[in-house]
Amino acid sequence: MTTPAATSAFLREKMEEGWNRPPIMEPDGEAELLEVAMGPHHPSTHGVFRMDLALDGERVIRLKPVFGYLHRNHEKIAEGVSYLASMPYTDRLDYICSLTNNWAYALAVEKLTGQEVPERAEYIRVILGELTRIQNHASSIGFLLQEMGASGTPLMYAFKEREKILDLFESLTGSRMMCNYMRFGGCRVDVSAAWLDAARKVVAGLPGFIDEFENLLSGNEILMARCQGVGILRPELAVNAGVTGPMLRGSGVNYDIRKIDHYGIYDRFRFRVPLGDHGDVYDRYMVRILEMRESIAILNQALKEIPGGSIMDPKAKIRGFRPKPGEAYGRIEAPKGELGFYLISDGGPNPYRYRVRPPSLINLTVLEDMCLGSNVADVVLIFGSVDIVLGEVDR
Amino acid sequence: MVDQQLKIELGKQGVLVTTIEELYNWGRRSSIWPMQFGLACCAIEMIATTMARYDLARFGAEVFRPSPRQADLMIISGTVTKKMAPQVVRLYNQMAEPRYVIAMGACAISGGPFKQGYNVLKGIDRYIPVDVHIPGCPPRPEALIQAFMTLQKKIDAQPLTGEGRPRHLDAAAQGEFPVPEQGEHDLEPTSNKGVWPVPVVIR
Repeated sequence: MTTPAATSAFLREKMEEGWNRPPIMEPDGEAELLEVAMGPHHPSTHGVFRMDLALDGERVIRLKPVFGYLHRNHEKIAEGVSYLASMPYTDRLDYICSLTNNWAYALAVEKLTGQEVPERAEYIRVILGELTRIQNHASSIGFLLQEMGASGTPLMYAFKEREKILDLFESLTGSRMMCNYMRFGGCRVDVSAAWLDAARKVVAGLPGFIDEFENLLSGNEILMARCQGVGILRPELAVNAGVTGPMLRGSGVNYDIRKIDHYGIYDRFRFRVPLGDHGDVYDRYMVRILEMRESIAILNQALKEIPGGSIMDPKAKIRGFRPKPGEAYGRIEAPKGELGFYLISDGGPNPYRYRVRPPSLINLTVLEDMCLGSNVADVVLIFGSVDIVLGEVDR
Repeated sequence: MVDQQLKIELGKQGVLVTTIEELYNWGRRSSIWPMQFGLACCAIEMIATTMARYDLARFGAEVFRPSPRQADLMIISGTVTKKMAPQVVRLYNQMAEPRYVIAMGACAISGGPFKQGYNVLKGIDRYIPVDVHIPGCPPRPEALIQAFMTLQKKIDAQPLTGEGRPRHLDAAAQGEFPVPEQGEHDLEPTSNKGVWPVPVVIR
C-alpha cells in the first residue's frame, strides 16, 4: 500500500503525461471476430445489463455496454412529487445500501433549505452509514467470489453477517432493505439504549468475521491467480473518467469524501483510508476488506460517544415546504463511491430538476478500458469488482 | 381411491399405498429448480432466501439454474421495464414444461411504486401466466418461502388427466407465448389477450 503523499506525487507526474487511453485492440491476422451478447439475462451481471463483446478467440477486442433494462424513471417521478415523497424512491436506487441513499438526499435538501441536524441524529446517521458500508462490501466481495467460481461458501459467509446488520435495520426502521429512515433535519425515530447495545454486540463480532473471511480467502492461491494483474485501472484514467469509491482508491488515488468534505461529523473520528497499489481486481478486493475494518473503527468511536438529545431540528419542516429558488448539491461517500443529489428549486413544492449522480454508472464507464485484451472469463470478474447495482446505473 | 384410514393403517404395517398421481406430483413438487434470474431489488431478497438463514434447500429448491432449459420455475424478482419485458417472455418460452411463475413483489405484480413511470410494465401477468403473486416491496424471505409452499400445494392438487391437468400433459395447451415488440409508443401488443383479459372499466 502506498502512502498518500507518494501517491499524489506519482499522480501529478502521470497527469502531466496527459490523457492516455489503452490502445484500441486489433485482432490477430485475418481471424473473424465472434460477436457475443452477454446479458441481459446472465447469471453474473448483477441484474439486467448487457455487454456486446467482440472476441478474437478468447481475447476481448471490443466491449460495448448496453444500459437501460432497469430504467424506472426515478428522476422524472421525483420532479412530480413533493420533496419528502422522493425519499422512499431513493431507497430503491442502490437497493443494497438504502440508508446511505437516504442520507445523500437528506443532505441535498438540507442544503437547499438551510436546515440544521442535531448532534445525536448525526451520530445515528454515521452509525447506520457505516453499518451499510460493511454489509455492502461484505456482500459485494461475496458476489465477486461467486462469479469466480467459489460457488456458495463466500456468499453464505457474507450473508450470514449481512443478516445480523439487517436485523438491526429492521428493528430500528421497520424494514430490512428499504429503510426510508432519514428525514430533512434529522431522523425518523430515535434509537433506544437496547438498540445501541445490540449494535455494539454486532460490531464486536465483526472483526472476527473479517478475520475468518480473510483466512478463508485473501491468501487463497486460486483467488490470487485469478485476481492479481487482472483488470488494471490506471490512476490517471480513473481520475479522468470520474471514477470514485473503492475503485479509485484501489488504483492508489487518495480521495475519500468523508475526509475531503467532512460532511456530517466525520472530522471527529479517527480512521484511515486504505489505498491500493496496482489497481487490479485484487487491490479492489483488499481495499474493500480494509475499508470494512476502518468502518468498524468508526462504529466503535461513534457508539461510544453518541450523545443524548433531540433527533430532529425543532424548526425543521418535513412536509409541505417550499424552498427558495436556488440549487443545491449534496454528496456523500456511499459504499460504491460518490453519491450526489443535485436539486433545483423554483420555489414550488416539488423540485424543478432532480438529478442523481450515481457512482455505479460512472464507475462502469471504464469497463471497456479494463477489459480489453483479457479473456472472457476475466470480463465477468472485472465486472464484479466494479461493484454495481443496476437500480442505480439505470435509475 | 384408497380410504385414508386404511392407508394410514397399512402405513403402520410398513405397506405403502399410493397412486401414480400422488407419487408423480410428490416428485415434481419436491425439486422445483428456479431459474437464476434477478431483475431488481427483490433479487437480493431472493438470494437471501437461498442463504443459510432461510435455507430454501429445505424445500428442494436450492439449485438455481442459469439456463432456462433446466429450470422449472421463474421468479420474476423485480421491476419489469418495457425494454426488459420481451426478454422475460422469451426466457419463459425457452423453459421446458412443466413450468411455473412466481411474481415476486409489487413491481412484478402491477408496476408497484414505479407504476406511473413511462417505462415500467404494469404487471408481468399481461404477457405470461403467473401462478403465485407475493406482495411486498420487497417481500421478506419468509414471504418467498410462503410462495414456494403455495406453489407446492398447487402442484400437489393438479390431476394428471381431465380438467386442470398441467400444461405438459395437455396437447392443446399453448406452448409459445407471443413476444412483444417495442412499438411506436408502447409495447406491441400491449398485453396477451389470452392470458390477461383487458378489464372493462364501468363508468
